Amino acid sequence: MTPQEIHDIIKSQFGEIILEAKLENVPDPSIKIQPEKIKEVSLFLRDDERTQFDVLMCLSGVDYKGKLGVTYNLFSMTLKHKITVKVEAPTETPNIPSVESVWKTANWHEREAFDMYGIHFEGHPDLRRILMPYDWEGYPLRKDYETPEFYNGMRVPY
Amino acid sequence: MNETVHQEKISPTNGRSSTGKGLRTEEMVINMGPQHPSTHGVLRLEIVVDGEIIREVIPHLGYLHRCFEKHCEYMINYQQVVPYVDRLDYVASMNNEHAFVVAAERLLNIEIPERVHYIRIIMAELQRIASHLIAIGTFGIDMGAFTPFLHAFRDREKILDLFEMTCGARLLYNYMMIGGLSHDLPPQFIEKTKQFCVEFKQTLKEIDDLLNYNEIFIKRTANVGILPKDVAVNYACSGPMLRGSGVDWDLRRDDPYTLYDRFEWDVCIGKGENGTVGDVWNRHMVRQREMEQSVKIIEQAIVNIPEGDVKKAVPKRIRPVPGEIYSRTESPRGELGFYIVATDSLTPYRVKGRSPGFVNLSVINEISRGAMIADLVAIIGSTDIVLGEVDR
Repeated sequence: MTPQEIHDIIKSQFGEIILEAKLENVPDPSIKIQPEKIKEVSLFLRDDERTQFDVLMCLSGVDYKGKLGVTYNLFSMTLKHKITVKVEAPTETPNIPSVESVWKTANWHEREAFDMYGIHFEGHPDLRRILMPYDWEGYPLRKDYETPEFYNGMRVPY
Repeated sequence: MNETVHQEKISPTNGRSSTGKGLRTEEMVINMGPQHPSTHGVLRLEIVVDGEIIREVIPHLGYLHRCFEKHCEYMINYQQVVPYVDRLDYVASMNNEHAFVVAAERLLNIEIPERVHYIRIIMAELQRIASHLIAIGTFGIDMGAFTPFLHAFRDREKILDLFEMTCGARLLYNYMMIGGLSHDLPPQFIEKTKQFCVEFKQTLKEIDDLLNYNEIFIKRTANVGILPKDVAVNYACSGPMLRGSGVDWDLRRDDPYTLYDRFEWDVCIGKGENGTVGDVWNRHMVRQREMEQSVKIIEQAIVNIPEGDVKKAVPKRIRPVPGEIYSRTESPRGELGFYIVATDSLTPYRVKGRSPGFVNLSVINEISRGAMIADLVAIIGSTDIVLGEVDR
């Protein structure tokens, strides 16, 4: 199925939730949707027999300066098509519904995005830091992050 | 913690304390790692056990976190990321480099000479064999078999010698460049690789005889840590982990990148000759059989390798088209992807490494519930994690 057809399916099912679509002349076609709808859209894309996106290849947080984004790279093993779904939320209130219940693999990816960007995934069963120490302060991959002077009495910059 | 009281039912005296009350058992939390020989690196597991039975496994990661993604954003250009990529999965550096340069080249729209593709495929497949030899050898040690480890490392050494004569390094190569390679093949490489392929078939048989069909080994690994098909797909497991569960899936064949579609080889899946499809033994055997297939690919590649200049397409200045890309390749551990966001700057705006080890490890709680503590060692060994790429 072509990215345009997937775009049309989402549009006919959910109405005007697509904010932006880059479908041609890009290496990975992407659709940007409203963040509060991501869980419904994910569930629909996984279960609908025309799309069957059974694999979440990758979930990455991105800091767009002022906005925090999450990119979902979806793939269907049965139909062998791909699509990239993107959402964005303001940095002050980065609340995005969790897709952990749709694809279990999102669990750790979302924990990582929370760890690095402070994106709050609503409905995640266990939203803890994963790579940084549990008592670390701040979100290291944000563009305005400043390395702390000390961590538990140890000097951080060297 | 839930306190559970079990009533002893077997015999009136068995398991009863002298007071006559039923023996009270309760769940206990024990810690495994980060310094433990069977966790294959600095992985820490918090294990909730009821006697010897595992109720829950909670992995704690990050002991080898080296800020790879943060470093990428501070590089002067894309080429400088390659040495860092080497250090992710440090036993399969060539595959990591391959994944990253393929991603960067797709972003930059560079056409690569065929010779470069062939050399990269030869290197990636040799590295896959070397990595699987470590996986199989150390897994044997986990199961109490020391000899196969020595056989495996003897042959891995030959592969490292081939790499050393090509680029001077034995483990962390910095060999592939965006658009080409740092060195062409040395004069004797083809000959020595051919010789290696012949000799290696003997080793495969040795490992079969020593380990894979050993009765004790089968008893220890068959029907342990079963990962069902649908769970594997939902957790996005990849590589031998997914194929061991009987899913016929390999990115080299099903989502081909570079020139993999030119070679003839088979995808190996778990068939359940011993135990159940998706158990530890079947995952282990997928690795064993994959090495045979890698030899097949190498043999075809070294015969057909064309002439050319390996540095012809290397750009003087890497300036990508703004955009983003997710590009994935099949590393020995599974789907290794790089998500790159490029702006018009020379520095990557965002690089995320989707490492197969990280994703494959996330399923561990699911497959080890109900197993014995000793089986957990088998399960960790069969997931074949390298903490360098799990923690990045």
